[in-house]
Amino acid sequence: MHHLRYELDHLDWLEAESIHVFREVAAEFERPVLLFSGGKDSIVMLRLAEKAFWPGRIPFPVMHVDTGHNFPEVLAYRDRRAEEMGLRLVVASVEDSIAAGRVRERPDGLRNPLQTTTLLDAINANRFDAVFGGARRDEEKARAKERVFSFRDEFGQWDPKNQRPELWSLYNGRHFPGEHIRVFPLSNWTELDVWQYLARESVDLPQIYFAHRREVFERDGMLLATGPFTAPREGELVETRTVRYRTVGDMTCTGAVESLAASYADVIAEVAVTRVTERGATRADDRMSEAAMEDRKREGYF
Amino acid sequence: MELLRFATAGSVDDGKSTLIGRLLFDSKAVMADQLEAVERTSAQRGEGYTNLALLTDGLRAEREQGITIDVAYRYFATAKRKFVIADTPGHIQYTRNMVTGASTANLALVLVDARKGILEQTRRHAFLSTLLRVPHMVLCVNKMDLVDWSEQRYEEIKHEFREFAAKLDVPDLTVIPISALNGDNVVTRSEQMPWYDGSSLLHHLEDVHIASDRNLIDVRFPVQWVVRPMSDEWHDYRGYAGVVASGVMKVGDEVMVLPSGLSTTISAIETFDGPVEEAFPPMAVTVRLADNLDVSRGDMICRVRNAPDVTQDVDAMICWMGDAASLTAGSRWAIKHTTRNARVVVRELTYRLDVNTLHRDESAESLSLNEIGRVRLRVTQPLFTDEYRRNRSTGSFILIDEGTGATVAGGMIL
Repeated sequence: MHHLRYELDHLDWLEAESIHVFREVAAEFERPVLLFSGGKDSIVMLRLAEKAFWPGRIPFPVMHVDTGHNFPEVLAYRDRRAEEMGLRLVVASVEDSIAAGRVRERPDGLRNPLQTTTLLDAINANRFDAVFGGARRDEEKARAKERVFSFRDEFGQWDPKNQRPELWSLYNGRHFPGEHIRVFPLSNWTELDVWQYLARESVDLPQIYFAHRREVFERDGMLLATGPFTAPREGELVETRTVRYRTVGDMTCTGAVESLAASYADVIAEVAVTRVTERGATRADDRMSEAAMEDRKREGYF
Repeated sequence: MELLRFATAGSVDDGKSTLIGRLLFDSKAVMADQLEAVERTSAQRGEGYTNLALLTDGLRAEREQGITIDVAYRYFATAKRKFVIADTPGHIQYTRNMVTGASTANLALVLVDARKGILEQTRRHAFLSTLLRVPHMVLCVNKMDLVDWSEQRYEEIKHEFREFAAKLDVPDLTVIPISALNGDNVVTRSEQMPWYDGSSLLHHLEDVHIASDRNLIDVRFPVQWVVRPMSDEWHDYRGYAGVVASGVMKVGDEVMVLPSGLSTTISAIETFDGPVEEAFPPMAVTVRLADNLDVSRGDMICRVRNAPDVTQDVDAMICWMGDAASLTAGSRWAIKHTTRNARVVVRELTYRLDVNTLHRDESAESLSLNEIGRVRLRVTQPLFTDEYRRNRSTGSFILIDEGTGATVAGGMIL
């Protein structure tokens, strides 16, 4: 019906913009890679890439930076999707970086901050020149300032005060050997857009995004799952609650939220009325300081 | 739901970030944890009220200096529309960000302080918005609370701005008196200004008609990517992927491919989700042609009797954004136009434009950061161009410094 008036729904508009970005990168770069964690944003990216090149195959590999503390369900999903789509999966491991002495385990056990080194080493070793990331500008205030094509110097650093102007949809991917471009095809998507799109496309997601029973304990106001990497400390009470995850990262810093949302429709209803950002609610790594994300991004984080 | 992109502009203290904070806050796009963080920071600084500007000024340097440095993109939605805000800084040295934000905007939101009235920067921003052909403009006369909600003051500013705007060819202008700090006329109509009978800002943003701003007449399809799966299943498949820049493409249309000039018909328009009968901007589709022509990235599909200019000589207005390099006659740059990359030499700097007085300085010998001028370029290969005023996609380009990789200019073809 909307075709009669030549109007596009906002999801169609976002989809078209992202597909355009994927094709520009494929056409203008030698060695792109898509960061694929099995999280919902990277799943949307993969779907969009599939659409951009259909009926051809996605013309680049996918890469996961594995902290060694990931949810087993999500790793299984990652492997299955890559195989179904015939994609080469590169796994860059934080454990390997620790073993090689590139980074040192932190006293608090958090491995998220260590990922930057592993990521940059893998980009260098594979000579990737364009790295697709699923970051969205609505996630965090430093990300609100990021370009779709974001230049990184030979050290992988982002300089927020010296970014290339990005006009119309004319993206500038120029870089010299050793430098690379981070590309964010979901820049203009919000959390709600992502969920509405996943529902519309009926994309299969890791089950932990939907309500399930899980043993959890409370720490710093977050519900952490019990598991091999997250043991409750003294005084932290373990209970079985009905929870789901809004973001999926390292198990040691990703909290669950209490939720009965078992379907896409339930999750969309929940996201539409929620009053806390997904990162504020569930990510210990973003709570460290007001500029935690900016500082990590400058060093080359996702 | 329809999507509207708007760019905000204003001088340093016009309250632009406060207005955006207010729109986000009142439309419930600000989350509790974000608000708490802002309240904490405001309290630490001893500010008397919650400083909503802190919601948008995300970088450390911005918070330290109390200014907006870079374009920040913000998102909110109402029951009627989804909005993308490009929040651009008002300082003189950051004009390039204003141009960046305006390049994709459906609407420009210009703020003035009711006490100060129209300033040099207000004029500059209004001028840049019209130069970038933003189809709609809203002038918000802010801080009405500080002029005792005076209708007379509002009318003075409105009159002065309209006189200036008449020189600019502003397509569609709306003027709204507001107080961003208190939220008057931002989301709901203010009781403080009964003499104002127009819409609140948000109501206007929800209702302004944008569907006909696109060019649906001139078919322009820059080929972005050639789809050739070379698999058993899709053995002889060949399709041309891209985004429809303008016009409505239909299956069966007779089309011409540039630069070859050969004509054929559209045999199919395909997407991952199945074939479609028609495609219009900004759809991303794959076009298949009845004949096997030589078509590659950078080529253009158009109608036989409605083609763009095919030219190596380009007359354009450009906004210079390079920090180090400047533009002079004889200088050489890389150009990106639609999906085509080439090189240019500057044949002539026709004039430099003073954005405050609109005076043309024909004796100017260079353009440096944040300066605007008219140039004649010679391109290494033909581009397929339209006038920017008719087509924002095929009428725009960027210049790149090949020595540094930096984007140094945005150009609008005349």
